[in-house]
Order: sequence, then structure tokens, then C-alpha cells
Amino acid sequence: MSGRDVVLGRIRAALADVPRGERPEDVPVERGYLRAHGNRGTAATVDLLAEHLADYRAVVHRCARAGLPELLARLLAERGSRTAVVPRGLPPEWLAASDVRLLPDRPGTTPHELDAVDSVVTGCAVAVAETGTVVLDAGPDQGRRRITLVPDHHICVVRVPEQVVDSVPQALERLDPARPLTWISGPSATSDIELDRVEGVHGPRTLEVVLAGE
Amino acid sequence: MSGTYLGMPAFPEAAAESTRDRRLRGNLRHATHTIRDKRARAVAELDDWSALRAAGAALKDRTLRHLDHYLEQLEERVTAAGGQVHWAADAEEANRIVTRLVRETGETEAVKVKSMATQETGLNDALERAGIRAYETDLAELIVQLGDDLPSHILVPAIHRNRSEIQEIFRTRMADWGRPAPDGLTDRPADLAEAARLHLREKFLRARVGVSGANFMVAETGTLVVVESEGNGRMCLTLPETLISVVGIEKVVPTWQDLEVYLQLLPRSSTAERMNPYTSTWTGTTDGDGPSAFHLVLLDNGRTDTLADTVGRQALRCIRCSACLNVCPVYERAGGHAYGSPYPGPIGAILTPQLRSTASALDASLPYASSLCGACYEVCPVAIDIPEVLVHLRERVVQGGPAVVRGEKVVLRPARGHAAERAAMRAARWTLDRPRALRAGQRLAARGRRLVPRRLPGPGRAWTDTRDLPAVPAESFRAWWRRTRGDGAGPAGGAGPTDGAGAGR
Repeated sequence: MSGRDVVLGRIRAALADVPRGERPEDVPVERGYLRAHGNRGTAATVDLLAEHLADYRAVVHRCARAGLPELLARLLAERGSRTAVVPRGLPPEWLAASDVRLLPDRPGTTPHELDAVDSVVTGCAVAVAETGTVVLDAGPDQGRRRITLVPDHHICVVRVPEQVVDSVPQALERLDPARPLTWISGPSATSDIELDRVEGVHGPRTLEVVLAGE
Repeated sequence: MSGTYLGMPAFPEAAAESTRDRRLRGNLRHATHTIRDKRARAVAELDDWSALRAAGAALKDRTLRHLDHYLEQLEERVTAAGGQVHWAADAEEANRIVTRLVRETGETEAVKVKSMATQETGLNDALERAGIRAYETDLAELIVQLGDDLPSHILVPAIHRNRSEIQEIFRTRMADWGRPAPDGLTDRPADLAEAARLHLREKFLRARVGVSGANFMVAETGTLVVVESEGNGRMCLTLPETLISVVGIEKVVPTWQDLEVYLQLLPRSSTAERMNPYTSTWTGTTDGDGPSAFHLVLLDNGRTDTLADTVGRQALRCIRCSACLNVCPVYERAGGHAYGSPYPGPIGAILTPQLRSTASALDASLPYASSLCGACYEVCPVAIDIPEVLVHLRERVVQGGPAVVRGEKVVLRPARGHAAERAAMRAARWTLDRPRALRAGQRLAARGRRLVPRRLPGPGRAWTDTRDLPAVPAESFRAWWRRTRGDGAGPAGGAGPTDGAGAGR
């Protein structure tokens, strides 16, 4: 017998108490929880996102969309970045004002090459205010998962308010499970030393989130 | 990891040892109290917590009652998305499968994300025997691996180590495994994290094979979910060409929507965060992004035995948050190693004896590693009634009875060590049925009360090893009642011996 047959056979034997005709949906699941915690309105939701991002040590900036090129150029310059990897679908005007050398996200790029890059600039798929999270879905302005992982400095642009949702349930509704997703809440961190949180381990140690309004 | 849980003593002996370790107790007290208060605050932020908790429990119950259905659905979806699914009935089979898969890549090393399932199967040792080196990349797992130690906590396997011990382990052991610790390494947590970053960086960048577990698997979509903090998970899940995930069969949830419950319950319960820094989800393989080969190894290893027990089954709801460890007065004092398995604390005390059966003295002692205070049940995000299962398992240990072990129906014999206790209970039943005998016995005990020792002799000694013998009162309640009819010392019919001085009566 294959491992599969053994395991499935054991499961069926173990569930002898479950009535034959019972279907999965016959087991009641009461979804009495909230779709969102509180009713805030758009501006307050964006404020909450900013507050919660900062709470977990992301550096938050706000600007109008027209001011993006100038802001991004300034952030990269202040960081002292000379190179930045960018996804293929990042709007070219975003980095038009910066003089960093741009490396497009390509399938052949090795992890070692990425390790030598100073920064990465991306958009996002959705941002969650209640948890202070940005979610990447490998869309055209976000690129492969590795480019937001290996470089030590990540600038993530959130288009507000349209990309901001209140809660985890609302975020999941907007996301496609077939795409590889990365939920990011602050820079990498650990609680492994005396259960106390320290920021900065393997992922980017500096996460800057730009909330770009209309 | 060369440490092993095999041959460890039963909980009372191990705990008697560990509770004398003052440094261990200090480390544990500090860490568990830090996280305890934070968890309470994180949970208090959500006013629908109890509804989330109820939904989390109900969804797991739905899954468990139809586990075969959901696993077959999961297999189909993972396969359709480009993954390969393997089934392992026990630890050996899982290790064999993983070893073969790594060998087929031609590689001799793999990077690992923290995984309880592979701790349980002893995968690292199995790989080592096959000439494959597995590098643990979670900071706490790294500390355990470098220190040639055993994990003692579900979330923070090195919780028994404080910062200066970690500094020492890094300074003396990192060079044996790769890049040595930086010169002048201090014991500041930020410096220790930096040392781990530098040490592991090279391994991540060159890794061709990654091994992981998963927190959730979505049957409807074939999606796997890994929840982490450091980014070591993302490294292992996305940089290698081959990814092998070993996951317990109980980790499946029915639908994508169901994640909305668990992604709220888990981070707040485990690290006390609104959301952990990184959550990765993937469905099979994606062209040009991440591993080109994905293997999912579904692990039974005693889970179906647990499923067969209609009371004990609820232990399979566990999402490994470790909130129950952090609040447990027994865990806080005894430490994780005393539980003799990768699953310590209250959840370990009900999970381990079900996964491994109660045949060994260690596993039979685990249901007793509790004061039944119920704090674990209170904080459990999926409402596992741990005290209920503890009592149920104590019954099984003492009385024996039907159970399923490795898929076979067996009738367990009563544990030998409990013969004296059973005899005492039989004697008590006989006496309590016979008022005269009881009266005579109580009178005798009261007269000899000064002679009662603090420790029982003979077979009773084991019982008093871990308990204080109660003091014998000068007069039993029954004798007092007979003497006073209750009206000598208080209002008729209501008072007891200590309730006689009620004001205004």
C-alpha cells in the first residue's frame, strides 16, 4: 500500500463517529467576527495605516503623486544608494529625478548580484491599515519576490487611498491566491532573544513606505 | 542537531532537576512574563476576539471531521499548480522521502526554515546520516543547532538561553559551521541578530535546496502559508531552486477566506504583534519567480491516532502559537526540555502522548505535568480545552482502554506505576461506602495525627514525591457534625466548623 492509501485509510477509520451522510458544510461555522474593526472613513484609515506602519519601525512618508519623483530621489540620495533594482512595470517617471543606477528585475539575476544592490523600489498590491501591512503580489510594479528580499533597503509606494483597506478580511478578498504573495509588516525582526523584539535580521533592515495621494 | 529526546526521564524527574536550575528559571520567567502582557494587549485591541476564536475552532473542527476530503482536494490543487505531493505515514517515511528528494538534486546541503514537523521527525539527523547538511536559519534554531542543544519552546526554541549565553555560543561555535562571529561581539540583541545575519547570508545566497514546514495549507486553492519574522523564511522559500515542505496533515484549512480568521488569531497569540513582519503564500510553482520544483510531504506520524480519539482530537486544532506555554505556571518553572519532545508546555502534554501513545514512562507522565489551572484554555486562540484532554489522558493512563496506535486498534493496559494509586482508590471507594469503617478510620487518623509523616513510605512514596501530604484535622467534619448537629457554633443547617463566628448572629 502506498503512503497515501495508508494515511487516507487511517483517517477514514478514525472518523468512524462522523455520520456517513454528513457533508463538510454541515459542520456549523459561525462567522460572527467583524469584517473591519471600527468605521473610520478614508482619511482616518490612511492615518491608521501610517501609525501602525511606524509602530513597527517602518519609515513612513506622505506625498502627492506629482511629488513622488522628487521624494524618491531624495530618499535614495539620503540613503547614499548608488544602485537600485526596479520591477519592469514600475512607472518610469517615479525615478526620473534620481541619478541612481537602475537595474531592471530580470529572471537571470543571481542572489549574489542582488546582494550587491543598495536599494529596491516597488509599488504594492494592497495595504492593510489595522495591521500596518503592505502586500506584494509580484505584479508588474513589484517584481519577483527576491528583489524585495535581498537588498537591505526597500522603498514601497502605496497609492492612497485606493490601495488601502481596513482589515485582513478585506485584504484577502482583493488578493489572488494563485500569485505568490508577500505580506510585509515593518522591517525584518526577531523576538528570539528573551522574547523581546529587535528589528533587522535577514530581510531588508530599512523599510520605507511612501503613501502617495492623488 | 545531534541532541535527542530519546531516553529522556519522565516529567517528574526531569522537572525536579530543571526547577533547581536558577538561571533557567530566571530566563524563563523573564521571557514568558514579557510576552504574556504583550499578548494580552494585542488581543484586547480586537473586540471580536471571542468570535474569531470560536470561528477558528469551528473551522478546524469542520476540517478534521472531513480531513480526507480536504487533503484530496489539496493534493489535486497543489499538483495542478505544478507541485508534487508525497504522503508519509510516519517520521521514517517522511525522512526517507526528503532525503531522496534532496539526493535527486545532487546537492549535499539544504537551508531550513523553522519547522515543528521536521523537529518531530528528526529530519536533520536523518539527513546528516545521508551526508546532507541541513542548516537551521531561524535565529533561535540556529542557537540550538550551534549549541548542540534541544529546542525548549514552540516559537522560541532557545528561550532557555539568555543573551550572554547566546553571545558565548556564537563566539565559540559559529566558526565550526561557517563564518565566525564578528570580533568583539557583545551581548546586545541587535548585535547578536547582526552576527546571525552575517553568518547565514552566504548560505542563503548559495542555497539550491530549501526545506520548510507550513502554518496553513488551503485546500480550495492549493496554497501554502508560512508566517515568520526574520526573513529567513522568505530566503528559504524563494531563493533555492527546489523547495520541500513537510507539513502535518492537520494544517489544512478549507478555503482562502478562512485565512482571514487565522491570520488575525496567530500573530497576536504568538509574538503579540498585530501582524508578524513577513507572511509568504505560494501556490505550486511560479515561472521565473522562486523555486522551479516544489514538493509537499504530508505527514501523519500519529495524527490519525489522535484523530481517532473523539475527546483528544481537538488537540489537532493547534496552530502552534505557543500562548499556552507562555502562561503556564508549570512550563515557566520546569522549562521545555522536561517535556521530552519538540512540543513542550500544555499543548505538548496533550499532543505528545497522543502522537506517540502513552507507552513510555515519559509519555505516560506528561498528562500529569499540569495543575489543571486552565490558563492554557483561556488563551488558546482555537479554544482547545487542554484541561479536559489532560484529564481524559490521565484516565487512559491509569485505567487503560481502547485506543489507536499507528493505525491499529489496541486495548491499552493500565500503566504499572499507577497500581498503588488504583489500589488506594479502590480502598477509598470501599471505605466511603461503609460509614462505620470510615468513622473508625478517621478517629484513628486524628489520634495519630502527630505521627503522620511528610512523605509516605513504600509504594506511596512516589505519590508524595511531588505532593505535600495534607494535614489531618483534630476532628473530622463528620465527627464535628455528630457532636454539634451544626447548631453548636452557628445558624442551624448552614454553618461548618470554621464558620461559627459570624458577626451579628
